Amino acid sequence: MHQTINTAVGINLLHANQEGADHNRAHFDAWGITCLNLMSSPGAGKTALLEKTLEALSPSLKIAVIEGDMTTELDADRLRRYGVPVIAINTGRSCHLDSKMVAGGIHRLEHEHDPSTFDLVLVENVGNLVCPAEFEVGEHAKVALLSVTEGEDKPLKYPIMFREANCLLITKTDLVPYLDVDLQQLEANVRQINPRVTIIPVSARTGMGLEAWFAWVQATVAASPAALTPVAE
Amino acid sequence: MHEVDMTRALIVTLSDWLASQSETPQVSKVHLVVGEFTCVEPVSLQFAFEVQTRGTFLEGATLEIQETPLIAFCHRCQQEYRPEIGIQYACPDCRSPMEDICSGRELKIDRVEYAGKEEEAGTGGAGARDSV
Ligand SMILES: Nc1nc2c(ncn2[C@@H]2O[C@H](COP(=O)(O)OP(=O)(O)OP(=O)(O)O)[C@@H](O)[C@H]2O)c(=O)[nH]1
Ligand SMILES: [Mg+2]
Ligand SMILES: [Zn+2]
Repeated sequence: MHQTINTAVGINLLHANQEGADHNRAHFDAWGITCLNLMSSPGAGKTALLEKTLEALSPSLKIAVIEGDMTTELDADRLRRYGVPVIAINTGRSCHLDSKMVAGGIHRLEHEHDPSTFDLVLVENVGNLVCPAEFEVGEHAKVALLSVTEGEDKPLKYPIMFREANCLLITKTDLVPYLDVDLQQLEANVRQINPRVTIIPVSARTGMGLEAWFAWVQATVAASPAALTPVAE
Repeated sequence: MHEVDMTRALIVTLSDWLASQSETPQVSKVHLVVGEFTCVEPVSLQFAFEVQTRGTFLEGATLEIQETPLIAFCHRCQQEYRPEIGIQYACPDCRSPMEDICSGRELKIDRVEYAGKEEEAGTGGAGARDSV
């Protein structure tokens, strides 16, 4: 005869991932690197935005990219043209990056370069509106992208990513004239869920709004605790 | 799809926790608390758990999921309210945006059940009625 014993655990389901994320962030902080995690549904324009960002900012900031892709290196190849290190992480069947995968990327960066010379690591997460928001990778800020073609109701239907985002980019605004999308309603829907988020409408095609995005990135790098830490290693 | 990853996270977290315990009992039941305002769908999680625990230390264990509702707190009205997920998150009385979340973001392994040792059960006396 066995008596049933009940033991309290009280641990977050994502505890192991969270510990890994904190560990990654400690590395970034020690190297004086700011890390941004870019998330969106598939095709919202993350890689197109990164292309413009590398073009504009890589002369003044030392940038590396960690590129999460389910199967291919297509996005990574697009970004390598800008002369920055691009570490491709094949996520396999996993629909998001986790802190362990990104730790692998960090170790490659450490192996192939001197990480203390970098200012900014841009992480392109797997295109998915649901999961990436729950799996921290060690970022200092989360950037969500929502393209105008997705419709103004998406923040209401998939609220977690919009709740967690520090910055929301409304992308492909050059397409607005061809659509019925109501941008004001879209912004209002996001604000209901996350009153503090910075919202920037952009078009990678025409360049509209990109200056505001670049300014946000530069301000975030300047304000990050990582930027204050002198090179330690 | 993400329930597969959540279940993997659950298995890793529990195996780490068990490794930190003085003994490693055979877990028969895992109690989870899952908030309504998370990306986890309890039905899918149940299914993923059944499939993914096969051949692991959790083989045969059952999963008990307690769901918690999304409850927000409106500072202006000084009261809690229940946002309607997918429709409306602002305060229904004053339209203030959803600021503080009191409940609904939980993703917690609350407790585990396992069978006690023979001697422990024996000394329990009346406790034997709880035997499995
Ligand atoms: N009109 C217009 N099209 C854009 C813009 N930005 C991106 N696109 C197009 O949208 C499509 C997807 O863009 P990507 O940059 O590959 O999107 P992504 O988010 O990186 O996609 P995944 O990594 O596959 O999730 C491509 O055909 C781009 O040319 C934009 O500002 N305007
Ligand atoms: Mg891409
Ligand atoms: Zn109110």
